[in-house]
Amino acid sequence: MENMNKKEYQRYAEQRVPKPTFLKNNTMAFVVGGVICVLGQFIRNWLVENGLDDKAVAAGTAIILVFLGALLTGLGVYDKIGKVGGAGSLVPITGFSNAVVSPAMEFKTEGLIFGVAAKMFVIAGPVLVYGVGGSIIVGILHLLLKKG
Amino acid sequence: MEFIKAFLVGGLICLIGQVILDNTKLTPAHILVIFLTAGVVLGGIGVYEPIVKFGGAGATVPIVGFGYSLSQGAIEGAKAKGVIGAFTGGITAAAGGIGAAILFGYVMALVFKPKTKS
Amino acid sequence: MQTVKFQNPPSIVSTYTIVGPKEGEGPLKDYFDLILEDDMWGQESFEKAESKIQEEAIKSALSNGNLANNDIDYLISGDLLNQIITSSYTARQLSIPFYGLYGACSTMTEALSLGAMLVDGGFAKKVICATSSHFSSAERQFRFPLEYGSQRNFSSQWTVTGAGATVLSADGNGPYVTYATTGKIVDMGIKDATNMGAAMAPAAMDTLISHFNDTGYSPADYDLIISGDLGIIGKSIVIDLMQKEGFDLSEKFTDCGVEIFDHKNQDTHAGGSGCACAATVFNGYIYKEVLKGSFSRVLLIATGALHSTTINQQGESIPGIAHAVTIDINKG
Repeated sequence: MENMNKKEYQRYAEQRVPKPTFLKNNTMAFVVGGVICVLGQFIRNWLVENGLDDKAVAAGTAIILVFLGALLTGLGVYDKIGKVGGAGSLVPITGFSNAVVSPAMEFKTEGLIFGVAAKMFVIAGPVLVYGVGGSIIVGILHLLLKKG
Repeated sequence: MEFIKAFLVGGLICLIGQVILDNTKLTPAHILVIFLTAGVVLGGIGVYEPIVKFGGAGATVPIVGFGYSLSQGAIEGAKAKGVIGAFTGGITAAAGGIGAAILFGYVMALVFKPKTKS
Repeated sequence: MQTVKFQNPPSIVSTYTIVGPKEGEGPLKDYFDLILEDDMWGQESFEKAESKIQEEAIKSALSNGNLANNDIDYLISGDLLNQIITSSYTARQLSIPFYGLYGACSTMTEALSLGAMLVDGGFAKKVICATSSHFSSAERQFRFPLEYGSQRNFSSQWTVTGAGATVLSADGNGPYVTYATTGKIVDMGIKDATNMGAAMAPAAMDTLISHFNDTGYSPADYDLIISGDLGIIGKSIVIDLMQKEGFDLSEKFTDCGVEIFDHKNQDTHAGGSGCACAATVFNGYIYKEVLKGSFSRVLLIATGALHSTTINQQGESIPGIAHAVTIDINKG
């Protein structure tokens, strides 16, 4: 290895990795993501027809999609969708559900407190930290800018 | 028509996620955080609202929409109740999804066992 | 000198291999002694299942050789899990004096090297060397939960579920362990834990070159040179860069991780990995082919990536290691 320094080796090794199948991955992400959103649109319309107000429709759609994501995770189907769909099943809220449910299931062997409950947000926790934290900052900035 | 719009907008947002995944070393957890934070910021500056109007569920179902509803909730809370509202508004707006994830996550963990990938 | 030449080469007198269902559908399926239908094997957790797999592999290797636990002076074993719990909890059941090793996926040859030294040095009549790994226990420790819907990239490898055990004895009719080359850690700065083949390849090359220089053997003196779990990418790197160092490996060299799965049809991407990768391929395929006479001298060079997720998240790169042992039908 004397004739190659670390930088050169890293570049060399990088070139040896086959590139992802971009066209297939992108197409599948687009289709799977699109289909999940269409499903969301159906749920929304159904809730609207049932006379729910805007806020209840938004919350209801989220709850139903989270349930579906959780159920498909439990049945061992969502990871197979994820393998094909990639970001298409990761980015919709069903992917958030998958990120919560899969560690909860996995760590049941370590008990209901340190396992299921403590590990539930091991992947999705950062989402809540940045989401909730960020929203509070947005709210406060809104107050400051309005006054200023 | 609204279904086609939902499909196109939702598909496009996911496509952006896939392009980032395939071309960088970022993990799925990074993508979730980046997209959610993007939703909070875009919602905060009012850019995401037209996308929601156009795309419907195509804009609200992706995690970006989750961020959007968090920031909208915080702004509404701030308008109604000041600083306290800024703290409670976001999480109130997102409470349905979060509550569902906690409850269903727990129930699924009780009912199902993870299976080895094949 | 990094290489030990054994004065009284220990003989391999018995082996045993157990693999999971997926490995049992691979190209080497006929070489494994037991193929599990269920990788939980009736246990409550993947960790407990892995322990049972290792324990049964050790017990069966002993009974294959008509040996009892108290015929064995040392048990030398290791695995991938934190605090090598698989090996310790297996040793708990066996009451054999126990040395636990952590060499990640290089553990099989690390155990064989040390076991052969104990026997050749006269400190033991018989030792048993064993390692195991389990896809699902490794996934949850190093990667994502099983039901998480992520995509694996093309450089990632598939942890082999299984265990292999080897009994070394001061007397026996071979095949013999004639040389052991202990690897140095080589770290070329690869940080991508989904590309371990590239992280370990420089360590494999370093050990190979030392081995050839120390022993005077050349690749032509071997019927087979086989690395542990470099996978498709690591294997191609070693062949390419060894050529530049003046060693032509292209005819003789392959990798246990490349051989154990049919990577096109089994969707294992860059190949198999894990302690059990080298352990099952060596104790199954290589040992049985040596007995049949297909190979008379084999260099087994198991490779390990000695990182953890914690240190990786702190931005450190992946240290690689590779230990080589020569398996010969003659005493050398």
